[in-house]
Amino acid sequence: MDTYINIYIERERDRGFGFFLTELSDYNRSGSNLKVEDNPELYFGPKIFRSSLHLIGSARVKKDQMRSFQSMLNYFPEEVLEHVFDFLTSHRDRNAVSLVCKSWYAVERFSREKVFIGNCYAISPDRLIARFPRVRSLTLKGKPHFADFNLVPHDWGGYVQPWIESMVKGGVNLEELRLKRMLVSDESLELLANSFPNFKSLVLVSCEGFTTDGLAAIASNCRFLRELDLQENEVEDRRGQWLSRFPDSCTSLVSLNFACLKGEVNLASLERLVARCCNLRSLRVNHAVPLDALQRILAQAPQLVDLGTGSFVHDPDSESYNKLETSMQKCTSITSLSGFLDVTARCLPAIYSICRHLTTLNLSYAPGIYSDELVKLICHCNKLERLLVLDTIGDKGLGVVASTCKELQELRVFPSDIYVVGNASVTEEGLVAISAGCPKLNSILYFCQQMTNAALITVAKNCPNFIRFRLCTLNPTVPDAVTMQPLDEGFGAIVKSCKGLKRLSVSGLLTDQVFLYFGRYAKQLEMLSIAFAGDSDKGMLYVLNGCKKLKKLEIRDSPFGNVALLADMGKYETMRSLWMSSCEVTLGACKTLAQKMPKLNVEIINESDQMEDSVDDKQKVEKMYLYRTLVGPRKDAPDFVWTL
Amino acid sequence: MAKDAGLGLETELTLALPGGGGGDPNGSMETKQKKRVFYEFSGEESTKVAIKNQVVGWPPVCSYRLKNSFSGEEGTKIYVKVSMDGAPFLRKIDLSTHEDYSGLLMALEKLFGCYGIGERDNSEYIPIYEDKDGDWMLVGDVPWQMFSGSCKRLRIMKRLDAKGIKLHAEDLLKGISMEA
Repeated sequence: MDTYINIYIERERDRGFGFFLTELSDYNRSGSNLKVEDNPELYFGPKIFRSSLHLIGSARVKKDQMRSFQSMLNYFPEEVLEHVFDFLTSHRDRNAVSLVCKSWYAVERFSREKVFIGNCYAISPDRLIARFPRVRSLTLKGKPHFADFNLVPHDWGGYVQPWIESMVKGGVNLEELRLKRMLVSDESLELLANSFPNFKSLVLVSCEGFTTDGLAAIASNCRFLRELDLQENEVEDRRGQWLSRFPDSCTSLVSLNFACLKGEVNLASLERLVARCCNLRSLRVNHAVPLDALQRILAQAPQLVDLGTGSFVHDPDSESYNKLETSMQKCTSITSLSGFLDVTARCLPAIYSICRHLTTLNLSYAPGIYSDELVKLICHCNKLERLLVLDTIGDKGLGVVASTCKELQELRVFPSDIYVVGNASVTEEGLVAISAGCPKLNSILYFCQQMTNAALITVAKNCPNFIRFRLCTLNPTVPDAVTMQPLDEGFGAIVKSCKGLKRLSVSGLLTDQVFLYFGRYAKQLEMLSIAFAGDSDKGMLYVLNGCKKLKKLEIRDSPFGNVALLADMGKYETMRSLWMSSCEVTLGACKTLAQKMPKLNVEIINESDQMEDSVDDKQKVEKMYLYRTLVGPRKDAPDFVWTL
Repeated sequence: MAKDAGLGLETELTLALPGGGGGDPNGSMETKQKKRVFYEFSGEESTKVAIKNQVVGWPPVCSYRLKNSFSGEEGTKIYVKVSMDGAPFLRKIDLSTHEDYSGLLMALEKLFGCYGIGERDNSEYIPIYEDKDGDWMLVGDVPWQMFSGSCKRLRIMKRLDAKGIKLHAEDLLKGISMEA
């Protein structure tokens, strides 16, 4: 197939040598093809260059003409190429560029500083460092997504230790490490803290295995630490005063988030730390930081842009509270607010003054704020772009959001009580109201009591711009609340209308028909989550055949079996991973797949003792997780994980 | 969880089927079969009760959020002042340590020695509370969760001070304004 690249060759007047900027938009990324749209208005590069650039010419080059183009390229030294690639920050752009030709591959790999690994078992640390020796920032993801819902045992894998060890051995100048769903030990954190003198940024999301002792090592040894961001991790508290371990010389912090920690922190140390870090932009504290301490902190840090409160409980008639209100008013830069881990609703008016600047508001961990108080708060937030709330907001509250938050792009509504349904929750009405009132909406996560096809069809019409659409009915197989029909037509309308949809989670009563729609219309879909849906293998086949850009497919409790699994085995090499649990897939079929596709790891998670004796190929597999890999079966799999 | 608190309350929240008995024929959780039906709604009562067969991982709320929002192990502490008529000083109790009214009333009995406070007709003492609107309410009318979310302070009143007013939980008279 052909490769087309638009090249705009420009000369920077004052400096007198040529840059060229490649415009690479609208990729067709199946295989190694690059397809580019004509759009002379778009450039990569900072504006500062644009003003002094003149367009000399443009070249549209076919792949088989690449050789002559090569010689044209060779006129420009590699430093120029490298400089151009600097403008390419997304790893997808860089991956695409590296496939154009060998010299681009070489230039790109030496210049890449940020590497993203979506599955830590797809590649080995040594091979990574060999290809990208100048890596400074590494992002790694470990466990499959369904691990979030307790479907994956804790010691399944995803250890960061070998990665850190390899980077130490390889002399990597690591500055940033971002991990998601990985197992991180204190030993790993200590090694990290002691091995990389320029280490600046640690972001841990949904990780576990470490304690506050590991954090103490980071605090005390990373001299230039800018960012310590802990999101939703399980961290054991060792009561070791880790926060006090930041030395007095540490003034470099820009972002500190310890909201997920359960234990106490030394409040005086925290206040002193905030006072000396004048570049601090983001601070999220945990529940052990009371409101009066928050007030003292805010008084020291009025420059904050992102604030996560701890406990927001106090007597609103007290002087402390009044002081807080005053301090809040001085924080005119806060655009993102979260926390309220304990909250007295009557203390909320203290934040009204900053509401009108807020673009992000996360109240999803704030129990006991009733709909009225939520509404009173949201009425002040007309610049809101991102809102996370509990379903206590109710349909009425969502109506207020719809009429107030015209800039809203992302909404997440979480269930407030999953054990008893019917008290406070939202229905299709709230969703429809939001879709009608918020034209910029592109991302939604919505836990609701019920849904209808009519509502989804209306939502699809109102909001054709969804990139992420995740709907979760509290009863996973509930039909249309009015017609009692499956929700096939509703979700079908969503995928038909939202041509840019990349991520989709469905629920409710669904037949094979909905998957027919997905295969036919969801052409940009990259991630699909299915539970308790479908009637037969046909459903899964529609998706595998039609969704060309599918990267991650996760299915639970659905009647898809061997026929669907084995129909197009090559498809899985174009995807990152496939998860199937409580489906109809048998051990024999998994073995067949593993045998025929050596570049896939097919793992079976088997937690019961039964399968040891009866290795019966006809037996259904409880949990299967397969993923493409360049390095074969992993060596750290625990006993209950069989790689076939 | 379905306890009668001695105030004649009917606690609505229960994890059992109304009328007790019968089961959802498809709802067996141990099997590997397709699980299609999950809920039985008791439509008769004004409060809907859903009986959830505990499916692992549904609804798909991430485990961190589950542990920190719902279980209440390290939950919100709700300290409220408790005054008793005639007592020289007030006490404080944590409402979050109790799951229902009977627990609360037992705790009050222990604090003040106001025995019999839970009994409907015999007690010398009546528990009332100030809610978030500033009104004084009789303890026991609303579901426990709603009460603990809106209670600002408690007062143990002497029955003699409220002559002529029916004072048991089924009574819909509310908003007895008191000079506290």
